[in-house]
Amino acid sequence: MLDVRGLRKVYEGSGRRVEAVRDLTFTVDPGDLVCLVGPSGCGKTTLLKCMAGLLEPTGGEVLLEGRRVDGPPPGTAFVFQEYGRSLFPWMRVGENVELPLRQKDMSKAERRALVRDALESVGLADAAGAYPWQLSGGMQQRVAIARALAYEPRVLLMDEPFAAVDAQTRADLEDLVRGLWRQRGITILFVTHDIDEAVYLGERVIVLSASPTVVREQLTVDLPAERDQLHTRVDPRFAGLRTRVYEQIQAAKRGEVRDALTKSSTPPPR
Amino acid sequence: MRRVLLRVVLACALPAVLVTVWWVASAGSTDVYWPPLRTILTAFPDVWTADRLRGDVLPSVWRLAAGYALAAVAGVALGTLIGSHRRVRAVCEPVLEFLRAVPPPVLVPVIMLFAGIGDTMKVAVIASGCVWPVLLNTVEGVRAVDPVMAEAARSYGITGTARLRSLVLPSASPQIFTGLRQALSIGIILMVISEMFAASNGLGFTIVQFQRGFAIPDMWTGILLLGMLGVVLSVLFRLAERRVLGWYHGLRASARRSP
Repeated sequence: MLDVRGLRKVYEGSGRRVEAVRDLTFTVDPGDLVCLVGPSGCGKTTLLKCMAGLLEPTGGEVLLEGRRVDGPPPGTAFVFQEYGRSLFPWMRVGENVELPLRQKDMSKAERRALVRDALESVGLADAAGAYPWQLSGGMQQRVAIARALAYEPRVLLMDEPFAAVDAQTRADLEDLVRGLWRQRGITILFVTHDIDEAVYLGERVIVLSASPTVVREQLTVDLPAERDQLHTRVDPRFAGLRTRVYEQIQAAKRGEVRDALTKSSTPPPR
Repeated sequence: MRRVLLRVVLACALPAVLVTVWWVASAGSTDVYWPPLRTILTAFPDVWTADRLRGDVLPSVWRLAAGYALAAVAGVALGTLIGSHRRVRAVCEPVLEFLRAVPPPVLVPVIMLFAGIGDTMKVAVIASGCVWPVLLNTVEGVRAVDPVMAEAARSYGITGTARLRSLVLPSASPQIFTGLRQALSIGIILMVISEMFAASNGLGFTIVQFQRGFAIPDMWTGILLLGMLGVVLSVLFRLAERRVLGWYHGLRASARRSP
């Protein structure tokens, strides 16, 4: 589905040269929910924007369904961290969700149906007439998710979408994303700096090193598909995975180099 | 209801005081150039008859509307072009700064050479003065489009005219309106000035005629009428702004409530 091959991104500007991403290779299978987690400032957003076609990689390539990404591909939707700045404040919620659909070749009735369906699935069916700034932060991010869903993407890229909402809202939104993933079978790539979130949400967790970024480890999350905030988080298996990821990130921060294990997909021993 | 009443009272208080002061201070005046306000107000209905409103005020307002509309369209179009392309901006900016610094009334004799002394000249003068604040504010507004919103638009394939219509122009609209508001007062000034040079009708022309004919109270009524025209236009502008920028005021208010 998604292939990242030898991705490298170097920022150059005002005499400084920053290598944000050094060499990233991994794949995401169709219908997978992969969480990318890494120490802060490790180039997660850079990676995701390269995958969305919003940034041009310096080296390597991103393939979506076998085709090289060199601009925002139509089958991909992006959910930004800054919900307050990704929705257009001059449009009502319904118009915001509908806007990307106007680029597609579909009738007004079809658009309306998609908008209604998307808003219903994030629990905001009656907010279509409100302006985004009349809603709370969590609700605004729900609108952004609805906008992405209405676009009917095959791949959904989410860039720390819940970093700026409070803890309770965050838990609700996590369950929402997992629920939508199970219902709709979209491939989701979810970037976060929150280890618990990564383990709770993901079917797979990719741990990134500190910048310049490489893949440090890939973990399969062998928790049951049915997860809930109350029981999953106290599951000993959850704690085990969490500890594992935590250790990796701490090691990444210290800058330790990992051995040949790096790119294997090994769940830790029970 | 009471709050509306209070606002009306507050808005009218200072004008009422000023008019009263003028009335009282000028009541016994025998100075030809400063006639009592009472004389001016008595003259008003005699001077501004329906005929004169049609013959002088209407042409003035029409020229103002035409020049202003021309400036608004040209200013927004050029401003959007200059604001969206860094190269174009680099080329245009020094020239714009120069042109903006030229006081528009100076252009009247120059424009007269090209456009004659008819309506075209006056509309051109008004447009050439009004265009700068609109243009420069549009450039700033278009440049300040939020990078996250721009990226969101790009990731959803919103490009070209759709991008212009749904992202760039609405995002720049608060700044564009600031420019339009400045342009409106410049437009009124230029409307009067352009009619003082070479004209056979219009508000500015009439006021100058009265002054030259020593019809001083009549001249004062013209000035009052000009002031009232300005007030009416600014109220209309405010109404239009509130309609178009309703989202912006709401957004600002909600940002103030939760910083």
